[in-house]
Amino acid sequence: MSEHIVKSYEDELTQLAAEVARMGGLAEAQVASAVDAVARRDVALSEAVVGRDERLDLLEIDIEKRCIRLIALRQPMANDLRRTLAAIKIAGNLERCGDLAKSIAKRALVLTETEPVTPLTRSIERMGKLVADRLREVLDAYTTSDLSRATAVWQRDQEVDEHYNSLFRELLTYMMGDPRTITPCAHLLFVAKNLERIGDHATNIAEIIHYEITGETIAAPRPKGAAI
Amino acid sequence: MQMTKNVTLARAEALPDHAPIKINAMGINVFYGEKQALFDVSIACPDRAVTALIGPSGCGKSTFLRCINRMNDTIVGCRVDGRIEIDNEDVNLKSLDPVVLRSRVGMVFQKPNPFPKSIFDNVAYGPKIHGFASSKSELEGIVEHSLKKAGLWGEVADRLHQPGTGLSGGQQQRLVIARAIAVNPEVILMDEPCSALDPIATAKIEELMDELREQYCIVIVTHSMAQAARVSQRTAFFHLGRLVEAGTTEAIFTNPTDPRTQDYITGRSG
Ligand SMILES: Nc1ncnc2c1ncn2[C@@H]1O[C@H](COP(=O)(O)OP(=O)(O)OP(=O)(O)O)[C@@H](O)[C@H]1O
Ligand SMILES: [Mg+2]
Repeated sequence: MSEHIVKSYEDELTQLAAEVARMGGLAEAQVASAVDAVARRDVALSEAVVGRDERLDLLEIDIEKRCIRLIALRQPMANDLRRTLAAIKIAGNLERCGDLAKSIAKRALVLTETEPVTPLTRSIERMGKLVADRLREVLDAYTTSDLSRATAVWQRDQEVDEHYNSLFRELLTYMMGDPRTITPCAHLLFVAKNLERIGDHATNIAEIIHYEITGETIAAPRPKGAAI
Repeated sequence: MQMTKNVTLARAEALPDHAPIKINAMGINVFYGEKQALFDVSIACPDRAVTALIGPSGCGKSTFLRCINRMNDTIVGCRVDGRIEIDNEDVNLKSLDPVVLRSRVGMVFQKPNPFPKSIFDNVAYGPKIHGFASSKSELEGIVEHSLKKAGLWGEVADRLHQPGTGLSGGQQQRLVIARAIAVNPEVILMDEPCSALDPIATAKIEELMDELREQYCIVIVTHSMAQAARVSQRTAFFHLGRLVEAGTTEAIFTNPTDPRTQDYITGRSG
């Protein structure tokens, strides 16, 4: 794409995208660390994740300010307008991912005080990897403006749902089999639910990227696994 | 359970062409001597709507606008080919008197150009020469009505007999619009009508266009993308004498099809 005649405008748009990418990198790291903290029963890591969440909140505010400034001072049109709106919306989704990661990290702290339920923790870990990958994929699609990658993430939304559904059944089986596992399993269930929501945010971001690039919304309903 | 789903796309644009086509230009070529200024331009402008013509300087917007009321006839060496219809009627018919055409198609220019006459006479001039008023009181009625429609009455009612050139730029522009309205036109052409006005005067003209479009077909040339976006329902982008793209204003400003349109409206050098 050709460059803006006004250089500072071009710079502002570039910096905005860079800021979103930075926020994405941080959100992705938060999710991965939160899952690690659960898997490794790592108190220090859990606390670090909780402590770092504020950075995401600040980044979101910063991105929002940049977008408002751009809209007010540059009056972006067409693809620039879509880029600006996409940035603000993606930042909102990433902020939610951060909150969910923080909430997983808090569960990880509580879980360190319960008996380990190792096989389940492994399943959570796998789901966590899947979700973190999804987030990474979609952020790569964002930074490279790659429509096919974004669409691929969108089409694979249900894999996370399926993972969640099977984990749900696994957890139920455990809790019914051994009531002493109810406490850790209930916490793990929340962790799984949070991961599933992070997956949804990744899918939202894929939709936003689709609009940003094409100017058109994805009209088809999301491919969904069976709801629980 | 489905593993993959085809991604189907929603096209947001639906042409709001509830109004019939007022101006239909087909295959317009314009030459100034040897030099061709417009190449095969075809465009339809709906009635009761504002169509904005945008594009870089020298791309032929004013030339196109002047085809609609045959103002190009007055330029020596200018030749227009192709067909322009207003209400399905060829405007270039020899039997059609350009003076009559120009009473049906009013024009407002970049620089307000009131006649060196009183405010009253500026507005009364057209109806008088076209014989629209049979009495003094009827003429006064037309003047008042036109000034009211142009949103100027309140500001000039007590000084109708002072010179029109004594008004502010924005007032003069509304006076010119009142003058155009006074002959009861069907189409109003505006060539950069706000480029010499401040934001308040501009807002008044824009508000006026919004009201006038309920009754007229308006075609405006503007260099302000924001103005085109604010006032028009349809936008046409010209480039190097050709019509590149025309569509609903919303589609042009959120998702233009042609990269040249995109570059122009977003301020990129193509
Ligand atoms: N009277 C004329 N004689 C010769 N050439 C002319 C005349 N009027 C316009 N042109 C040429 O025709 C082309 C189109 O001019 P036109 O005035 O229609 O452009 P425009 O899009 O209205 O530009 P601007 O935005 O600067 O008003 C230009 O190359 C211009 O030099
Ligand atoms: Mg011009």
